[in-house]
Order: sequence, then C-alpha cells, then structure tokens
Amino acid sequence: MIINSRFFNRSELIGFVTLALLLFVILPLCLDIFRLNLVAKYLTYAFVAIGLVLCWGYGGILSLGQGVFFGLGGYCMAMYLKLEASSVANTKIQSTPGIPDFMDWNQITQLPLFWKPFHSFSLTLLAIILVPAFFSFIIGAAMFKRRVGGTYFAIITQAIAAIMTILIVGQQGYTGGINGITDLRTLQGWDIRTDHAKFILYFVEVVLLFGCIIVAQFIRLTKLGRILVAMREQEDRVRFSGYSVANFKIFAFCAAAIFAAIGGAMFTLEVGFMSPSFVGIVPSIEMVIYTAVGGRMSIFGAVWGSLLVNFAKTSLSESFPQLWLFGLGALFIAVVLAFPNGLSGIWADYVQPRIDRLLASRKSKFGKGWSDNSVADGAPAE
Amino acid sequence: MFGDYSIGDLGAIFAMQGFAGLILFSVYVLMALGLAIIFGQMGVINMAHGEFMILGAYVTWMTSNAFQHFLPALFPGYFFVAMILAFIASGSLGMLVEWGLIRHLYKRPLDTLLATWGLSLILQQAYRSIFGAREVGVELPEWMMGSVSASDAIQIPINGMFVMALTLLITIGVSYVLFWSRWGRQVRAVVQNRAMAGAVGINTEKVDRYTFGLGCGIAGVAGSAFTMIGSTGPTAGQLYIVDTFLVVVFGGAASLLGTIASAFTISQTQSTLEFFLSGSMAKVITLLAIVGILMMRPQGLFALKVRK
Amino acid sequence: MSDETKQGLQSPFRRKLLAGMAALPALSLLPRPSFGAGPATSAVNTTGLAVTDTEVTVGILHSVTGTMAISETGSVEAEKLAIEQINAMGGVLGRKIKFIQEDGASDWPTFAEKAKKLLVNDKCASVMGCWTSASRKAVLPVFEQYNGMLYYPTFYEGLEQSKNVIYTGQEATQQIIAGLDWVQKTKGAKTFYLLGSDYIWPRTSNKIARKHIEGHLKESKVVGEEYFPLGSTQFNSVINKIKLTKPDVIYAIIVGGSNVAFYKQLKAAGIDLSKQTLLTISVTEDEIDGIGGENIAGAFACMKYFQSLDNTNNKEFVSAFKKMWGEKTVIGDVTQAAYLGPWLWKLTVEKAGSFDIDKVAAASPGVEFKGAPEGYVRIHDNHHLWSKTRVGKAKLDGQYELVYETADLVEPDPFPKGYQ
Repeated sequence: MIINSRFFNRSELIGFVTLALLLFVILPLCLDIFRLNLVAKYLTYAFVAIGLVLCWGYGGILSLGQGVFFGLGGYCMAMYLKLEASSVANTKIQSTPGIPDFMDWNQITQLPLFWKPFHSFSLTLLAIILVPAFFSFIIGAAMFKRRVGGTYFAIITQAIAAIMTILIVGQQGYTGGINGITDLRTLQGWDIRTDHAKFILYFVEVVLLFGCIIVAQFIRLTKLGRILVAMREQEDRVRFSGYSVANFKIFAFCAAAIFAAIGGAMFTLEVGFMSPSFVGIVPSIEMVIYTAVGGRMSIFGAVWGSLLVNFAKTSLSESFPQLWLFGLGALFIAVVLAFPNGLSGIWADYVQPRIDRLLASRKSKFGKGWSDNSVADGAPAE
Repeated sequence: MFGDYSIGDLGAIFAMQGFAGLILFSVYVLMALGLAIIFGQMGVINMAHGEFMILGAYVTWMTSNAFQHFLPALFPGYFFVAMILAFIASGSLGMLVEWGLIRHLYKRPLDTLLATWGLSLILQQAYRSIFGAREVGVELPEWMMGSVSASDAIQIPINGMFVMALTLLITIGVSYVLFWSRWGRQVRAVVQNRAMAGAVGINTEKVDRYTFGLGCGIAGVAGSAFTMIGSTGPTAGQLYIVDTFLVVVFGGAASLLGTIASAFTISQTQSTLEFFLSGSMAKVITLLAIVGILMMRPQGLFALKVRK
Repeated sequence: MSDETKQGLQSPFRRKLLAGMAALPALSLLPRPSFGAGPATSAVNTTGLAVTDTEVTVGILHSVTGTMAISETGSVEAEKLAIEQINAMGGVLGRKIKFIQEDGASDWPTFAEKAKKLLVNDKCASVMGCWTSASRKAVLPVFEQYNGMLYYPTFYEGLEQSKNVIYTGQEATQQIIAGLDWVQKTKGAKTFYLLGSDYIWPRTSNKIARKHIEGHLKESKVVGEEYFPLGSTQFNSVINKIKLTKPDVIYAIIVGGSNVAFYKQLKAAGIDLSKQTLLTISVTEDEIDGIGGENIAGAFACMKYFQSLDNTNNKEFVSAFKKMWGEKTVIGDVTQAAYLGPWLWKLTVEKAGSFDIDKVAAASPGVEFKGAPEGYVRIHDNHHLWSKTRVGKAKLDGQYELVYETADLVEPDPFPKGYQ
C-alpha cells in the first residue's frame, strides 16, 4: 500500500528529528514548569492542526467547526475527571453528595444517564475516540454523499459549532453551562495539578503527538493520501475513475475529528478544565489559522504553526493587548494572500533550495547520487 | 394557557405575534440581503459582514451626535441622513476592501473566508480603539419610539414598521437594479461567464468592485436600522453573523428569492417557537431544524445548481 | 467678590489673599508620601511574595479586549484609582503598591493562565480581578492551589466561598430578597414574570427569586419564566407574552448586549415603565450608557451602590474618579465594588501586620471600611461583605434616584437554606 519506499523522505526526516529534539529535550530543559505547561497547551491545538492538514490541506475540506470535536474529546475527559473529583467524601456539603457541584446547584438529584459510562476510564478513552468519530461520520455522510463541499460545508460546520455552544451553555445542569466543568483534581487517584504531574503529562502528550504525526504521515503515503490530493485538485476526475469520493472525504473528516478529540482530552488534563469557549466559532477558526500559518500541506508545519502563533499570542497580549488583535487579523490576511503554504511553504521555497544547493555542491565532490523519491510536499495551494 | 382569554384578546395576541414574526423577517432579510448579493452573485464569503453593519451603526451614532450639537432643529429627520451616510461609508469601505483584498482571492473562496475573518478582527479592534470598548447609545428621535395602536389591544412598534418599510424599499431597489438596469445585466453577465463578459467589453473588475460595495453598503444601512432595536459596540457584529450566513445558505445562495424565502421560514419558525417555548430552546430547535434540513438538501431551498 | 476688590485690597479679600500667599511656603512642608519606612520585609513577608522595603506588587486581571471589555473597563479604572489614592497616603505598611495588569481577553482559560502567571511568576501579594462567574470559576483552582488572594467585585449567584477570595460584590440573596420585599410592600405586587439570559447567574438568581416569591411573599406567584441565549437580540415574542399576562412586576436579569435590545424593544412595544413595574438586578449606570436613559427611565434596579448616593464618601469618590478618567464617565455598582478591593486589602494587611496570604485570610473577617462610597462595609467570616441593599429608579439622564435603602446592613449568605 505504501507508494514510497521510504516513510520519511530526507527533508521530512530532518524535520521529524528537529521537532523531536525540541519537544523531548530542549524545551523541557530550558523552560520552567509554568512555561512548559503553556507549551503543552499549545501542543493540544497541534493535534487539531494535524487533523486539518489531512482534511483541508490534502483533502480540500475546510472545517470551521473543529472546536466541536475538540470539545467533545475534552468534555468526555472532563466528565470522567469530574466524577472522580466528586466522590461522596469530597462533596459531603452538597444536598446530593456524589454528583458534580454544578448539578447540585441546579437542583439535579441524580446523575443523568449519559454521565454514567464516564465512571470507567476505559469507557472514557473509548468515548474520546468513538463519539467524535460518530458525529463526524454522520455530518460527513450527510454532506459529502450529497456532494456538498467547499464554502457551504464550511458554513454548516460553523452553524454546528454555534449550536453545540448554545446547547452546552443552555443545559447547564448537565454540562456545567458557560462555566464549563472546572476544578478537576485527580486521574485514577494521581493528582494532576502538581508540577510533577504536569511534567509527566507533557511527555505523555508529546508521545501522543508524535503518534498522531506518524499516523497522519502513514495516511498521506498510502493510496488514500494520493487520492485525497487528487480529490482536492480535480474531484470529478477522481469520481470518474471509479472512486467513491464521498467515502474518502468522510474518512479524512473523521480522522481530523479524532485527532481534534485527542487534543481536547489532553487539553483538559493539562489545563484542568473544559468550557464551551473552546467549542464555538472563534476557537474553531483560530485552529484553522494555526494550520494555515504552519503550512496547510505540512504535518510538521501544523505543529510549528500552533506553537508559534500561540506563543506570539501570549507574549504580545501581555505587552500590547490592543495590538495583538490587529496582528492576528493581519496574520490571517497575510497568510492567505502572500503565504498560502505558510511557513513550511516559505521553508520549501526559499530555505530548502539553498540547503539542497549547499549539500549538492558537497555531494558532487564525492560523486554519489542520492535520489529523492518523496511524495510531493509542495503541491500548489488551492 | 389560552383558556383565560377572550377571543378578542387571542386575536390581538396572534396579530401582534404575527407582526413580531414579520419584524424578525425584515431584520433577517436586511441582514442577509447584502451578504446574499456578495455570496450569491460573486461566490465570495465575507466574514466581516457584521463589522460592516456595525460601521453603519457607528456612523448613525456620530450623525446623531452631530445633529444634536449643530442642527438640533433638524434632529427628528436625522435618521434618514444617517442611513444615507451609513450606506456611503460601508459601501466605500467595501470597495476599498475589494480592491485591496478580495480581488486577489476570487479563485479561492475558502481563503476569502479566512482573509475576511482576519479583516473582521482588525475592524473590531479598530472600533474598540477609536470608539472605546464600551457600547455607545444612539438616541432616537421621539417619533420613532413607541408604538401605534391599531386597535385597543393591538400595538405595533413604530421602529418595527420602519424596519419593514425599509426592507421592502431596499429589496425592491436591489431587485430593480439587478434585474432591470443595465448595470445589473452586467453583474449577472460577469457572474455567469466572466471570460465572455470581459470579451464583450464589460469592465469585470469595476463590476465586481461596485457589487461588493453595494453589498457592504446594504449591510451598513442594516446596521443603521438596527441601532433602533439593538446595541452598538465593537463586538456587536458577531451577534448577527451566524444567523445571516444560515439564512443565505438555507435559501440556496444562488437566488435572492431564496434568501427571502429562507428568511421568512426561519423567522416565522423562530418567533412561533419563542411564543410557546422559551427563547433558548426556540433558538436551538430552529438551528437544529435548519442544519437538519440542510443535511438533507444541502443546496438550500432554491438552488439553481449545486455549489462546490 | 468684585465689591471686595473695589474696596481696594482692604478687607476680607486682602486678608484672604495674604493668608493664601503665606501658605505657599508651607506647602513644601506638606507630607509627601515617602516609602520604605514600614516594618522590615522579613517580618511582613515570609512566603516569598513580591515585597521589598519600598514596594509591594499586586495584580490586576480583567478583560481589556473581547466582549467583556465593555463591562470590565470600569473595574480596572476603579482599582487603579484606589491604588493611586493609597499610594498618595503612604502605601501599605509603608510600601508603594506597584501593579501588574494582565488582560483576560474575555476568555476563561486565558484568565486561568494569567492568574497562574501573576501568582507563580510575579508572586503578587493580591490580585484584583475577574468579572464573570466563568472567569472566577476558572481561576479559583489556581488561587487555591498557589495560595493567592483574589478580590472579586461582581454581584453574583453565591453558592461559593473560598479562603482565597474576598467577594466585594453582593451575592444573590443580598440583591434579590430585599428588593422583592420592597416591591411587594410599595407596589402591592402579586404576579411576577421572570426573565433572564441563559446561564448560571440569572438562572440561580431566578430560582432564589421564585422561592422567595412563592414561599415568603403574600399571595404571590410567578406567571412566567424565560431565558434567552447570550447575545440574542430579538425579544418581541416574550414582550407580547408579557402584554398577554400583564404581570405586576417584570423581573429582568438580562445581560450584556441583549440588554440594549431588550429595553429598546420594550419601549417600542409601548410598555411604559412608569406604569409597568420592572425590577432588574443586572443594569448599572454602565449599562444604561449603552441602552440610553430614555429607554429605561422608570425601571427599578436593586443594587448596593448608585452613583447618585448622597454621602461625603461618595461625593469625593465620584469627583476623584471623574478627574482621573473623564467627566463623562459613569460609575456603576461593580465599579464601586472594584474600588473597595485595594482598600480592603490594605486595611486587612495592616490589621494582620503582614502580607502573607494565610495571615491576610485569617485577618479578613471583621475588617471594616468606613470610607466606602456606599457608606460602610465589613467583611464577614464567609469572605463576603456586609452591605446595605438599595433600590433605585432609573432617570432619563442615565442616573438612578434612590428610592429605598435597607435600614441595616444585610448579612451575606452564599448558601441560603430554603432557597436552594
């Protein structure tokens, strides 16, 4: 199934190693735990961005509602952690001990049915993967089978993000409402709020992230990946060639949803709460911009984009809160107009050739060829 | 719930509720018309549509203050001046944006989405920096406040009637321009076949620019009208954007008629549901219904062809 | 004055002038605030907070951008005014207050992140901040984990109490119960229509209101209860329902941008607030600025502070505030509560004789502030404030006219029995 003989071509390998070095070694050594935790938060967005690279960069499906899946994964994890934090011992001052505090002050006296499965960690983990997959499957099937794409699809995903936000905020007895689910303390007895825990969670997350990168790269390299690219360029031809375009799109969309959900679950663990402010339209569009800045065609670019944009946000908003929004808006426009392939595009267009030339001049001295059979990275932007 | 009231009372309530629905309908049409022109005719998504509306609202506020200071005698009539100024302001900004940003992105509709979102962030922050983070209160002339009593029990808000009349006027105006004027013919030609339209001598760039400007200008007038019923602040545009998009998409962005039909359906559903349920549930059910219907018929109510 | 000058510099005027001129050199002897004369740092700061011999650092954490910036700007201004005044009087324990301001950007996770930064990186001795319950709930675990002290200014739904927070705004029972009693006594109100924006504060408040109306008021009942999504702008349907049911009192807890739409549409529908009683707990002078006085004149609001309060503290406060932030600014209940934060902190620190959070928390109950613009407040054991409940009537110019004030201070009760 794998077209290419090599899993990572040379430049990708360098990118992989650089990123691994940065995330596994350099950052943990250089940053204090507070900033490392911030990096962990930024990296949770990278999960969403990787998913978007698959479905938007390669598949041409722009989803402006990834916040929905981020939120679904995040809320699943939050529900599990909240139930653990709301043991009968911890909640004895409530009118109904044993249920989360926000249910108590909404006069709910019994744990609702859909919360019950979240007593179990394994069911929770399963839910984090399956629930978003299920929803994305339904949405994808309904839309792609009827050949809805492009801008229509994008707007409908926005509407779905808006609906989910309203539902969560309105049903505050069941979901914690606009406050979200807060005050999460332990995971299977292990206190996740200590510095030590955050340190370990950071590494868990980075490992998961690289897992997702490898999966995404795998998808790219299989025939599926080729078809995604082909679909993005000339959908009709792919259809005429006998492939079911809708099924491939559904797959890409579901994959993106699952990645986003994993990110959401890690976010809940890192930050210690989940709220509807990550589910709506604004955060969903921001997640798209991380992908765009990094380069929508580049999986590593997605990670870099998430890190850099969020880092800029934190440092600029501390010093120049007014200026930051101008900057963010300008970033959107600049990336779209001038750098459609984002940073990785700049790298591929300007920096990589220089490196290649440098290396080629050295190689020619040794007279050895090293042909590069990689899948084309820098396909033209949409 | 209905048992306590007389037939006359009930009749009055239904009449008032009908008007409430019509007012909501007019609001949606006004919001969506500008966007429908831009999206439907040009395929461009303008995520900054709400901010153009708010520009109109701020212009109205400034006009209101100017009249209060310099021309207090003419204050009752200031609103008409304000609307014209709002149209000009938003229209001009629209044309500028088209020249600077949109025209580079015609082949890439998804990218216009992102770029105009960035524009909306910039505009919001600009409003915040220029006018302050707080909301501004627009003072209305006396004759626009209050309501008219059609009978003892039935009262119709004047600003509601104003909005309905305005919507009617603008819709007729736009239809006339698009379907009966020479320029409208040019717009439709460019939309149907840009290359041929250029070949027969139509200045496609100019047509695009004016169309975008028209759409934004209408948004400005809508924003101006909404100062009567809503708030004006830097982020107020965000309140309208999702509803507006849904109205346009639900109607099948290919036609203005679709937009109107969709606005009517959505507004009536919502106001009826609001009467029997609470506001929150009504909104959710309406949105779910729209999304559900769109999933079954994604091209909208009146699509002429499937959009990709 | 001119007659006196005509008499040619004889007489009272001349004497006044000479006296004034003689005072000039005396000005240089006026005490100017000097810092560094307080107790030794090692004595007052044993937990590593940002305290030096001459300075102490506090944090200000509000939204300067985003939808909440509209409301939180006033709080920031009030806190800065209080800090400036305290510094002019010599600071806290002889140390000048230096503040670090962070922007929560109307985003709860950002609030949590910035709170952590203020406590862990900047080691602030206290933080004045937050506005919405969501932001407070997001930062509460941070303050409890890192043992910080938050002064929270907004009126809210109660149901919370923390060693690490001082709630300078009212909790629900302080705002609701006295107001409902008053409206029944003076207006003979029996039927109530409850409205609110759809999230925790209005829902919890209406729950308390309903329990009080149906349980404690004579022959009263709730004839309608409805909620609207945050940011909704269409209220015509519920206004028609109100016309249908003709309640004695409309009890409105609408928030944010929806407020403006609601009152404008109410007025346009012909509901005359001088004839139909409307009681709200969510509209302060700040909100009226956006709504327009003409749209809400005649409505009643239940707060603990109005800008128009007639006492010396308030007059000085209002003029100082206007001098610092502009003649046209208005001051609402939350802005005043934010003003109380730095002052209460200063008094508590001086009572405890230390900046250590544990000592400040232990010393808080019983701290009184007699210079409060609302008159007098005292911190309760549960870290809320004893304060009076007041009812004001909105006027055309956007100010409130005081129509009722409880005789005594109302005790804060964040976990009211029988109301939950």
